[in-house]
Amino acid sequence: MSQAPASASPELRNAVIRLAGHSQDGIQSVGGFLAQLAGSTAQDVMTYMTIPSTISGGPSIFQVHLGSGEVLHPGDEADTLVAFYQDSYENHLSSLREGGICFYDSDQVTDLREERNIRHIGVPFTSATIEAIGGSAKDRGKNIFVLGMLCAVYKLDREKLTEIISRKFGRKSEDVLRNAMLAFDAGYSYPVHDIHHMPFAPGENAEANRISADGNTMLTLGLIAGGCRYGAGYPITPWSSIMEQLRSELPKYGGMFIQCEDELAAVALAIGASYAGHLAVTGSSGPGLSLKSEAIGYATMAELPLVVVNIQRGGPSTGMPTSVEQSDLMQAIYGSHGDSPRVVLAPRDVEDCFYTALRACRIARDYSTPVIILSDQAIATRIEAFPEPDLEEHWSEPMLDLSTCPADCKPYPLDRITRHAPPGCPSPDGKYPVVTGLEHDEWGHPSANPEMHEKMSAKRRAKLITLANSLPAPDFFGDEQGDLLFVGWGSTYGPIKEAAERLRKDGYKVGSIHLRNIHPLRNGLGTMFRRFKHVIVPEMNDPGIYGFGQLATLLRSVTCNPNIRSLNKIQGLTFRVREIYDGAIEVLDQN
Amino acid sequence: MATTEKLTKKQLKADHPTWCPACGDFAVLASFFNVVQKLGIPHEKIVCVAGIGCSSRFPYFVNAHGIHFIHGRALPLATGISLSRPDLHVFVFGGDGDGYSIGGNHLTHAARKNVNLSYVIMDNQVYGLTKNQTSPTTPVGRRSKTDPRGAIDRPINPMAQLVASGATFIARTHAAQVKHMNEMFERAILHPGFAVVETLSECTMFFPGAFDAGNPRKGGRFDLVDESTQDLKSTAAAMALAEEEFPGRFGVYFEDRKPTKNELELEWVEEARAKAPDLSEKDLLRQRFAGMR
Repeated sequence: MSQAPASASPELRNAVIRLAGHSQDGIQSVGGFLAQLAGSTAQDVMTYMTIPSTISGGPSIFQVHLGSGEVLHPGDEADTLVAFYQDSYENHLSSLREGGICFYDSDQVTDLREERNIRHIGVPFTSATIEAIGGSAKDRGKNIFVLGMLCAVYKLDREKLTEIISRKFGRKSEDVLRNAMLAFDAGYSYPVHDIHHMPFAPGENAEANRISADGNTMLTLGLIAGGCRYGAGYPITPWSSIMEQLRSELPKYGGMFIQCEDELAAVALAIGASYAGHLAVTGSSGPGLSLKSEAIGYATMAELPLVVVNIQRGGPSTGMPTSVEQSDLMQAIYGSHGDSPRVVLAPRDVEDCFYTALRACRIARDYSTPVIILSDQAIATRIEAFPEPDLEEHWSEPMLDLSTCPADCKPYPLDRITRHAPPGCPSPDGKYPVVTGLEHDEWGHPSANPEMHEKMSAKRRAKLITLANSLPAPDFFGDEQGDLLFVGWGSTYGPIKEAAERLRKDGYKVGSIHLRNIHPLRNGLGTMFRRFKHVIVPEMNDPGIYGFGQLATLLRSVTCNPNIRSLNKIQGLTFRVREIYDGAIEVLDQN
Repeated sequence: MATTEKLTKKQLKADHPTWCPACGDFAVLASFFNVVQKLGIPHEKIVCVAGIGCSSRFPYFVNAHGIHFIHGRALPLATGISLSRPDLHVFVFGGDGDGYSIGGNHLTHAARKNVNLSYVIMDNQVYGLTKNQTSPTTPVGRRSKTDPRGAIDRPINPMAQLVASGATFIARTHAAQVKHMNEMFERAILHPGFAVVETLSECTMFFPGAFDAGNPRKGGRFDLVDESTQDLKSTAAAMALAEEEFPGRFGVYFEDRKPTKNELELEWVEEARAKAPDLSEKDLLRQRFAGMR
């Protein structure tokens, strides 16, 4: 889909740039600057990064896919590779497409592989940076040197880019900013004259107020917009950046986020704040969700609102903490003892993290129940550009209602959804409620009466059925009937949509839907599925002993449709468009 | 403390306790009623929190806002209530299993954070609700269903643990000494910060006579901490008391006014709000978006 950089075409519509170095080199910030620039120049962008799970250092990449139109995936292959070291060069040369360009640090990369049709351009990143900055800077700043070089090569908006850099480094100190600018200018003017410059077509995403951010940031801000002011957590990758941001942000909004001694305390503290009348959040990644699951079951039983964030990573156990996987779906829906229905939502991209968090807050409050947000490492860490949310429309005031308990102050009425009167509410008849995890009657008294357990189980189940009835149909992309329907969830949204688009261009009748409501599912999916010969569910999890991924298993049990198949990837990496496309072709060509 | 019309015992009583006849916890409940009445705490501001165990059934027996949580996690739950609602009076009740075993980690951290709440541990040195298993405070040699040859693990020393954790009010009392218990509860409630009262409360069903050595009516001795000589701000002095042989001393081991978690967190909130006093919350978020352009 990318055009050859050195071809006659004067303008590029897409470019995939892969920066390969070590994690201390600041390649993430270079990628971040490029992404932010794209957002502010009406271009679209999606990034992809790998982080080593070492404490400091280690090989790391940052890939940026820039596009004039919509960008749905971080790019299967790179058009340009920037290699900082010999090992980055060797490990990532294969990610470069045929005819691509490799910029390498000629001070570090000495052994070139010239067998493929790749243009090698050696630039002394290290020594040129030292020369530009001088003093004792060593090679710090070579990331900014490379940014300057890329700015010149792709004819990016220099003025805006330097403005973004000043905003970032200006906060640190004059010296840091001065050095950054020296490195940038040196990179910008470095003569890479044996290639043509590759100017970009103007961006087509004309909406005003475009912003760029990663998924964890948007999830954090969505919780704030949703009226969540209290929470607690424990550090775990890749959830931690949400807790760090909430810790600094919530006090500005009059709230608090507390770092706890463990995951059990974190969920308990959040439930405490929620019982006290505030909407509260806790979160974690896979192993932490397991630890919280007893208390999540409590929140279902006691009917308390609670938002639980799970940024999925490679499992099981400590697994692959910095890789992506979608293997916590069953845990999110069923992970507790006993029958403990809860709501599960999944954002499909970075922008959707904001709206999903906002919606989770509303559902938790309206239905007085726990809501789990299932994001994943890929969405959490990648940067995308999108229009700024309109807070006039998307905002819930935090509310603490301490008016008197209603005359009939039953905490668990069988004929309506529970509305707890938090402590501090006076009771007109002098009777106060006890919120409990024991099975109980309508007044909260412990009860092991068989009929009462049946009725209360139905009460807890009924909320999810009411919610399911209110859910809108999932967005449909492509054909509404025909050969094949893709059903996805979470961060696979972009690659699936792109694969569907390619298959349609090839003449197949293909549709795709992306489920943002995982539990309860929207009604009527079965009818939708029956309009297609095949239904493929691409998921980043293991097909298990019966051959179906977690969502596929659920959909088969709900719809009893034997044409549902799984397409699984279990490498801790996101799907490439090509992999989904090939998987579909294999199924389509069988008939 | 806010003064409203004094609560009557009748107003405070709820379900009849499900405890066994003569259980030490009855006296603890009565003492709690007394002190709450005496201090004139507004009815709706009382919150009773508990985990799991015989003594953790406490909230059902008090007519006040209450929450009965899961095993061992009453303290972090109460922390969430206390921090987010400084207007409430948060009382946590539980036993030795809930507090020193499954919830042991939380005890340490709630203490070091100095969360503003009062915690009554009804220590009976046995698991009662699950019917006679060894608990973290069961003395070596005592037989139970899980130690038919007698307990072999050394019990923890609750007072030493509380001192080491940095709790800012630590007292010890005996459920058979009602006047003393009243005094300890009252002082705990009035203490700003994490206040804990280790209360020996006999399980008449499974471990009768466990605390006779601390009960003069049963031939034991009830020796008090001498506050005229004791330095209540010294952890070393408190630790020395904690090291005494059973039945040891009763009274306040340690008491020091230190900044509470509640105060420190609120300070930050006020500081953060003061930086942009004129911006609405919506505008604050808009400002954040502007930085992402």
